[in-house]
Amino acid sequence: MIGSEARVVVVGASLAGLRGAESLRRSGFAGPLTIVGAEPHRPYDRPPLSKAVLTGAVAPDATGLPNLVALDADWRLGAPAIGLDRTRRIVTLGGGETIAYDRLLIATGASARAWPNSAEGRLAGVHTLRGRDDAQALRRDLAAGPTQVLVIGGGFIGCEVAAACRDLGLPVTLVETGPALLASVLGAHLGAVVQTLHETRGVTIRCNAKVEALEDDGTGRVRRARLADGSAVPADLVVVALGALRNTGWLAGSGLAFDEGGLDCDAQGYVLDEDEQPDTRIAAAGDVARFPHPLYPGHRIALEHWGHAVAQGEHAGRLLAGCEPARYADVPAFWSSQGGITIKSVGLTKGADGVVIARGDPKEGRFLAVYGQAGRCIAAVSFDCARWLPAYAERIAAGAPFPPDAGGVDAGPLTVFAPGFPEPHGSRPGDAARTGKDER
Amino acid sequence: MPERNFGRSADIPLGMSDNSAPSVTGSSPAPSAAGLRVTVDLNLCQAYAQCCYAAPDHFVLKGREALHYDPAPSTGARADIERARIACPVQAIRVENTGTSRR
Repeated sequence: MIGSEARVVVVGASLAGLRGAESLRRSGFAGPLTIVGAEPHRPYDRPPLSKAVLTGAVAPDATGLPNLVALDADWRLGAPAIGLDRTRRIVTLGGGETIAYDRLLIATGASARAWPNSAEGRLAGVHTLRGRDDAQALRRDLAAGPTQVLVIGGGFIGCEVAAACRDLGLPVTLVETGPALLASVLGAHLGAVVQTLHETRGVTIRCNAKVEALEDDGTGRVRRARLADGSAVPADLVVVALGALRNTGWLAGSGLAFDEGGLDCDAQGYVLDEDEQPDTRIAAAGDVARFPHPLYPGHRIALEHWGHAVAQGEHAGRLLAGCEPARYADVPAFWSSQGGITIKSVGLTKGADGVVIARGDPKEGRFLAVYGQAGRCIAAVSFDCARWLPAYAERIAAGAPFPPDAGGVDAGPLTVFAPGFPEPHGSRPGDAARTGKDER
Repeated sequence: MPERNFGRSADIPLGMSDNSAPSVTGSSPAPSAAGLRVTVDLNLCQAYAQCCYAAPDHFVLKGREALHYDPAPSTGARADIERARIACPVQAIRVENTGTSRR
């Protein structure tokens, strides 16, 4: 246990940072605790920002996260960290202030990938969605009644935004470069199910299509998108949903190993320097942390999952408080609600060479799919049948044989399909980390 | 089912937030207005809907498994919210009372 003279700093005031700080206190740390946040807001919950906030059912500022433990912390909000000096053990904030640390938790999260043409990205009516202020601005534009919404990107955020537009009765087109919605996470086989769901609800979907340019009407407000095939899609509101980049730029010069795909960590959660040596004063957690997972060997992964931010934040808090180091090995899990359907996943689908429908039937809208790689189960995805999922999580954690046994006494042998991941899978910068959903 | 708006008016203007800290650094955020904060771990949630019976004004199941909930109920709802928290078979509901000073 570290003593009460130690100074602990948490950089990042979102879910992982908050749960990490609580875990430090719960583990008995009684010394000074400083929490640094780039945004002026107290920690808030992100999942509603792409769902109930957009439909107006929940106010953008109503999603504050509960504090579960008294923190007695010094909050520095609205003050992004801009530098880390590990020799002097100080974090520098945007205003020039420096904060000394003896233990440091890095939980700076990720940012929405911007539209590559910055001038087009600044046109009125063009949005990205990551934070509460983004959601408030997007909600305001949606409530104003746009004529035609365009969503660029068929990942989880793009699908959830398109679903919210239909909830509001707005015409919406979704353009995706891949062969199907959610194809990089679920594969085209299940992506086709998602596509049918949204098409049935009135979303116009154009897959294998690429937006090349956003054009305005001469007044600086977006008017249409130009596609690679030369066609145009009219749009007076555009949501750019192209995934996320990890917030690691402030670590330049720190000697730590990072890029826009994450900050490298060892199996316990300590950060690694450029020589792959751990700095045992510093841990990372949440979206920003890229770590080795025992179930998915051979590469480090960074997960943008709500439950992961909680679990790894709590793990890092215990680690920094001086509890016995342990390996972080929670089975990844996420959920997404879109168009009235709840999609839940355990494990990671990346690298799967087969998928079976183990329970239910996609035609009936309720089913569970299991993904396998080299003869073992690596992931399971449920559509509106979450109660089956925990049993498959156990099989994934145990590396059980794939394909699994058929799910019912009346079921025949399971048919193994190709998952249909787009090729090349994971080729864009940052895609090594796109192993889950971009949900928060 | 009609759309249900939770908590305070959803489309409040900027600057009217009761959940934001001052944007100055070096100070603790001002204490929040009295209220509750609720999150549900939707990884755990299996749509047993017990919360919807315990606190029907604050938890609604849409479709088969999509739980919609009020993340910021007023303190007047405390008894209902507590009943929902206890009733959850998978203990997925977390509640904080923000009526007290927070640091």
